[in-house]
Parts: sequence; structure tokens; C-alpha cells
Amino acid sequence: MVTDRKTDIGPPNYEQFLPPIVKANYGKWKYHEVLKPGVMVHVGESGDKLFTVRAASPRLLSITKLRAFADLADKYCGGHLRFTSRNNVEFLLTDQANIDPLIADLKKMNHPVGGIGNSISNIVHTQGWVHCHSAATDASGVVKCVMDDLHEYFTEMKLPGKLRVALACCLNMCGAVHCSDIAILGVHRRPPKVDHGKLNKLCEIPSVVSSCPTAAIRPTTVDGKPSVEVDEDLCMFCANCFSVCPSMSISDPLNDGVSIWVGGKVSNARVEPMFSKLAIPYLPNNPPRWPEVVGAVRKIVEVWAEGAHKYERMGEFIARIGWPRFFKLTGIEFTKEHIDDFKHAGLTYKRSAQLRHV
Amino acid sequence: MADPGDNATPLLDELEKGPWPSFVTEIKSMASENKMCKDLLGQLEKSYREKRGYWKHGGIVGVMGYGGGVIGRYSFLAEEYPNVAHFHTLRINQPSGWFYTSDAIRGLCDVWEKHGSGLTNMHGSTGDIVFLGTVTDELEPTFAELTEHGFDLGGSGSDMRTPSCCVGPARCEWACYDTLHLTNDLTQTFQDELHRPAFPYKFKFKMAGCPNDCVASIARSDMSIIGTWRDDIRIDQAEVKKYVDGGINIHKDIYANCPTRCISWDGETLTIDNANCVKCMHCINAMPKALRPGTDRGATILLGAKAPIVEGALLGSVLVPFIKIEPPYTELKDLVERIWDFWGEHGKNRERVGELIQRVGLGNFLEAIEVEPLPEMVAHPRENPYVFYEEYFEEGDEDEEEEEDE
Ligand code: HEM
Ligand code: HEM
Ligand code: SF4
Ligand code: SF4
Ligand code: SF4
Ligand code: SF4
Repeated sequence: MVTDRKTDIGPPNYEQFLPPIVKANYGKWKYHEVLKPGVMVHVGESGDKLFTVRAASPRLLSITKLRAFADLADKYCGGHLRFTSRNNVEFLLTDQANIDPLIADLKKMNHPVGGIGNSISNIVHTQGWVHCHSAATDASGVVKCVMDDLHEYFTEMKLPGKLRVALACCLNMCGAVHCSDIAILGVHRRPPKVDHGKLNKLCEIPSVVSSCPTAAIRPTTVDGKPSVEVDEDLCMFCANCFSVCPSMSISDPLNDGVSIWVGGKVSNARVEPMFSKLAIPYLPNNPPRWPEVVGAVRKIVEVWAEGAHKYERMGEFIARIGWPRFFKLTGIEFTKEHIDDFKHAGLTYKRSAQLRHV
Repeated sequence: MADPGDNATPLLDELEKGPWPSFVTEIKSMASENKMCKDLLGQLEKSYREKRGYWKHGGIVGVMGYGGGVIGRYSFLAEEYPNVAHFHTLRINQPSGWFYTSDAIRGLCDVWEKHGSGLTNMHGSTGDIVFLGTVTDELEPTFAELTEHGFDLGGSGSDMRTPSCCVGPARCEWACYDTLHLTNDLTQTFQDELHRPAFPYKFKFKMAGCPNDCVASIARSDMSIIGTWRDDIRIDQAEVKKYVDGGINIHKDIYANCPTRCISWDGETLTIDNANCVKCMHCINAMPKALRPGTDRGATILLGAKAPIVEGALLGSVLVPFIKIEPPYTELKDLVERIWDFWGEHGKNRERVGELIQRVGLGNFLEAIEVEPLPEMVAHPRENPYVFYEEYFEEGDEDEEEEEDE
């Protein structure tokens, strides 16, 4: 029976989960200080001190690990913990003496502490081959490889400013990577392959036709069956048609891969938020360790770390030194693919004679 | 013992090496007790070998009475990996600010141990707790137990997606409004819009307590509510001095980075021309003990951010320059209803609000939702002279004009 079936109760009210010190100082925090990598203290008007320890997480967590986190919260934090917008886990302490033992326990569990201040925090990412039909690359695997390589920047604070890296495994961009300092984006490079035998059964032809942003899809008839055809010259491999129709398969192991975008930000600090711009149009999928992607990201991070002024995010740094020098310093080749040719492309052309000639 | 055949995952094993926590280790930790995890590893190893995914499109699955909250997922390799033939995901609405007690976490784990793969995402990029992978028959029992534990599903499909927020006043001195309270309030107010998709496409709210925008609201929410203030930045001159003594170079580190150069320092006193401060947060971020946002606080509302699909990426743009954000949030909710009404009536299938605005023009959109145009809404006035004038005189109008003047 469904008589006492509960619906529409919404999420549990957050208030019941707030630690007592947070309740007591809610909206009355005065300032905070970063004490060491991954550790900060917030001081209330009351003088109360709340210590935060932030630890890395792969985002994909088993219940075994979640229970272990819960045990740590009981041991050190009166049973309270939280997660962050970048999928890190945070432990909130009132007793400063508990910080180091907690960090030691986290290290034993292979969860490095860091990601606060001038560091590289966790990579916001999506599902990839673990769960999504649309993926042009894996998500968790690429993230693991890149963070293995960059983890010193997570556990230390030796960078000029913050650096935010994000990954999305296809152009749907579930992680909204388009405003990150460095964005890793899975890309398809070939048009969809139409399954003429099944399309008419599985999909509505008018919605397949209208799903295409470049009007590359036309209705047609193949072997007497209604279907669609793709004008390959117009296709920009966005997979939007595949999102509405499974008979427009677009995955292609030979050609799928990864593109790298740089210089976006969302915070309003100093310069306004901006989109990431294309740095590398294509790198191959090379599992399990994606060496080309790891190497490219490291090179870009190092060029920025060496050249940026204090506080300067990737996009501010590049605006100061200019794109030509960015390409020179990183050794990335500038190609036709870097030049926009979609709507309003003209706005991205250089429209002045202000150039550096060195 | 170790079977080098079927169960071997040599490629995935490479991802257990290295200092960063490994998702492969997480899946493997469940594989002995959970068949789904074992087959997930098998299918994933094959993806790594063949460089492609093996998941089909989601079918329509869900729980009774809801249209959202479950992502259907089926494997192309059902015969090879029968335990992931169905591998649906549940999105569970997170508590605002992602705070939990250990008991709440254990409660969630117990439900998922019984009914699914035991794998989660903490959290999905919209903010939900993600329960990764179960079969159709387990959806309803999982839901029933979740509600017993006080949890409910989040959004998916063309509905209001689960709203989410930054840590806000719970642990941040810069929060200019109560992001957690507003998030919870909107989520509860719009339960029907969350669970029963009836919009042209998805609609996301994100609340950030200040212009640092730690939840990236301006990039990824249809309505982005960013805390701000309109009086003066509060200055503690003694603490400024301490930062200077500690090595901050006010000219280079602060003044030169201030977008409007409205901050100055004479060696003794820090002065801010607050009328020209654009609330970028830089000086406050750099000297958190010395500077604090003002006390006349509220938020800026921006509308229309989205990722590229379908018509290209957009950042949110200003709809309301300043609004007080206080319960019961009536003014805000009225505005939201007017936007939804217009979008519901005029939006095309799979057209986000941002794209609708691009299509009809911001000016026409404002008129439809009864909001006055303001200069804060544009980077600058138009450059192109093709103005669609809507107001003009006709012969004889002059007399009426004069009468009004009297
Ligand atoms: C120093 C004081 C600050 C505090 C206490 C603070 C607080 C936070 C918190 C709690 C998070 C979530 C952390 C995580 O998910 O790992 C976060 C993320 C973030 N913060 Fe801050 N923040 C601070 C300063 C800033 C500044 C100065 C900026 C920009 C320059 C900024 C921009 C961001 C961004 C972009 C994110 C990530 C959003 C996302 O993509 O999920 N924050 N911040
Ligand atoms: C037209 C564009 C989009 C399509 C067709 C799309 C489709 C999908 C699909 C099929 C999934 C399921 C992945 C799985 O199997 O678990 C998914 C997951 C998700 N999507 Fe999207 N998506 C789109 C854009 C976005 C955007 C712009 C965002 C956020 C700003 C977003 C947020 C999410 C989130 C949070 C998940 C849950 C899993 C995760 O966090 O990785 N999606 N999306
Ligand atoms: S970004 Fe694309 S492939 Fe990745 S989870 Fe989203 S829809 Fe799936
Ligand atoms: S992939 Fe995109 S551009 Fe190509 S046919 Fe499909 S919808 Fe059109
Ligand atoms: S957005 Fe502002 S108020 Fe919210 S956590 Fe970030 S810095 Fe604090
Ligand atoms: S908040 Fe930004 S604009 Fe305002 S004074 Fe500080 S640096 Fe200048």
C-alpha cells in the first residue's frame, strides 16, 4: 500500500546538521586566516575559533569510505563534517590540538590535506565512462592522473594565486568548465553515424532535425524508411543530436579525445568573470594515464606559476603578457582551429594595432 | 586465488598508483560484496581498453509521482556484465551548504548498501548527493527509505534543478545574506517545480554570499544570486598598518589591482572612494582582518548563465542590481514566477532562459516580466544604430503634450 508514502518533503533542514559553534557564530564571523596548507581558522565576533581541515576526495566515494569519514567526524569534530563545492571533504574542529592527529589519520587513508589559499583545489568533474552515454573521454581517470601530477600544488601554497581546474567529458559540460583557469574538455571529431534501420522507431525525426545548432541535419528516406542525413561539412561534432536521439551515435575511439581551454574565472575579484579560451584543440585519449594531457596541463601551470604576478589568475596573466607570448612560452602551436568561426566570431579578432613585437 | 582472466583490471590498476585518492580503489573496496561494483569494474576496464563508453541513453525511469530525480542508465554490454545491465542514478537533494552529521551520513550509507551499488558522488555538480547505480526495481524502495531518513530526491530533466549555495554565514565572514536559508526556502517553496518537470528546459538557482562566487553561480545557474552591499567597506586602520608592516605593498598589491583605482593610501590612512567601488572583493580578500563588506547588505541578481549546448555558452547578466534578501523573500519569488510564466509561454523546447533572452532581446524580455531597464544591466549602451523605435509622435500629439505639462 502507498497510504503513508512520503513525497515532496524536500531536503532535511540544514540547521540540524550545523555544529554548535557554527550555530553560535552564524553570520557573526569576523575574519579568517590560513594557518597552513589545508587548514584555516575562522574567528567570530565572540572570539570563538573554528578550525577547518580540508582534504582531497575523488568525488566518487564508496559507502565504506563515507563511514570512515563519519568515524573521523565522531573522533575529532563532535560528529560534524561537510563537503565543498569542489568536492573536497571538510572537518570542522573546535580543539586546535586535534588538527594534527586528524591530518595524520587522513594521510593514512590516502586523503591529502590542502586546497586552501594559493593552491590548486580539486578538479570539478563529471561522470565519463563510469556512468554517462555521451562521454568523449573518461572523467575520474583523467582527473586522477592530472592531480597525481599536480598534487604538490594542492598540498603546498607556493603559487601566485588560485588556480581552478575543471573537466567535462563532453560539450554538454555538466561541470560548467567554461569559466575555469584550466578546463579539460572531452571532444568528438567526427559526425554522428546514423542508424537508418532504427532511427524512425526510436526518435522523432522533426526533433532530431531541429536539435542541430548548425542545421546540418535533413530528413531523408533510406531503403524506404524515413531517416535523416547529416551534411558533414556543417557538423561541428557537438553531439546535441545524439542527446535527443540514440540512433545518432557519435563516439569514435579513433578520433575522440581531449581539448584544453585556459584563462576563465568566475569570481569578480579584480577583473570581471570571463570564459576560458582554446589553448589546445586536441590531445588523444591515451588511457590509463593520459600522459599527453598531464604534460600539457603541467606545462601551462608552470608557465603561469613562473610568470604571474601575485594574485594574478591565468586569464589576467595572459591578458598582461598577450596571447602570442602565451603560445610561445607554452610551446603550443597556434592553428586555424584556434580562430573562432561561430556566431559573433568577429568580436574575437584583434581589432587594434596594439601588439607586442618581441 | 587471483584470476588473471575475467576479473583482471590491469589498466584500472594503474589508477591505484600515485598520491591522489583513487576512484578505482573506491570501486574495488566494494567489489567483493557488491556484484554491481564488480561488473562496473569489468565494463570500465573494457572502456579503458577500447577507448569508449558503453552506456546507453537513459530510458524513462523514476519513482511514482515524480518526473525527475532519477537518471536512467543501461549498459550496451548487458550480457557480458549483467549486474550493470541497469545502472540508474538517484539524485538526492543535499542539505544547504553540504553540512552533515556522522549519523546522517551513516543513514544514507545504510540505505545505499541495501538497495544499490554502494557508490556515491559527494556531490554532483548541481549539488545533489548522487547515488550511482541501481536497478529499476530498487528505485521505489530506496526512495521510501530515504524519505524515512528525511531525504528527498533532487531535480533532473526540464524542471527546477536542486538549488545550491556556498557555505555562507555558516562559516564565512563575507556572506552578505543567508545563502543557506534562502536555498532551503526556495527548495521547499518550489517542490512541485523540482519534482515534476513542466518547463521548456532546466532552471538552476545558485546562491553565492559575495562576489567571490565560490559556487560559480555566474557561470552555471540560470538565476545567480550574488551577495553584495551598498554602503562603505569597513576599515580597521590599525590592522591595515599590520598588513603593511607584514609586507603588503598597498600601491602594488591593492591599488593597482582595484578595478576602479578607488582605493588610496598615504602611508597612514587607507581611504576608499566607496561611490566608485564596484565590490569586486579584491582588497577584502587580500586583507581580511582589516577590511570587511559594509552592513547595508543584499544581493545582485543575474540571469541566464549556461554551458554551450544548444546555442553557445553564456554568463549571467544583471537583472536586479541590488535587492534586499530577507524572509519570506516575496519580491524575489514574485520575480521568479513572472520569469517562469514568460519562459513557459514563449520558450521553445530545450531553450534555456538565457537563450530566450538572446532571441527576444533583453529589452523585450524586461517589458514582459515588468522590470524597468537600467544602465546597470549593460556593459555599455548599444553601438549599432538600427533602433526599433516604438515611441514616436503623430500629427496633433503636441497639444496633448502641452496639456500634460500644465
Ligand atoms: C580567503 C577566503 C575565502 C574563503 C573562506 C572562501 C571559501 C570558499 C569555499 C568554502 C569554497 C568551496 C571550497 C572547495 O570547494 O574546495 C570556495 C570555492 C571557491 N572560491 Fe572561495 N573563498 C575565499 C576566497 C576566495 C577568493 C578570493 C576567490 C576568487 C578570487 C574565491 C573563489 C572561489 C572559487 C572560484 C571557488 C570554486 C567554485 C567552484 O568552481 O566550485 N574564493 N571558496
Ligand atoms: C544540453 C546540455 C546537457 C545535457 C544533454 C546533459 C546531460 C547529462 C546527462 C546525460 C547526465 C547523466 C550523466 C550520468 O550518466 O550520470 C548528466 C549529468 C549531470 N549534469 Fe548534465 N547535461 C547538460 C548540461 C549540463 C550543465 C550545463 C550542467 C551544470 C551546469 C549539468 C549538470 C549535470 C550534473 C550535476 C550531472 C550529475 C552528474 C555529475 O555531477 O557529473 N549538465 N547530464
Ligand atoms: S559532460 Fe557530457 S559525458 Fe560528461 S556527464 Fe555530462 S553529459 Fe555526460
Ligand atoms: S553533432 Fe551537432 S552539429 Fe553535428 S549533426 Fe549532430 S547536432 Fe548537428
Ligand atoms: S561566495 Fe563569498 S560568502 Fe560565499 S563562501 Fe565564497 S567568499 Fe564566502
Ligand atoms: S572591493 Fe574592489 S573595487 Fe572596491 S575598493 Fe576593494 S579593490 Fe576596489
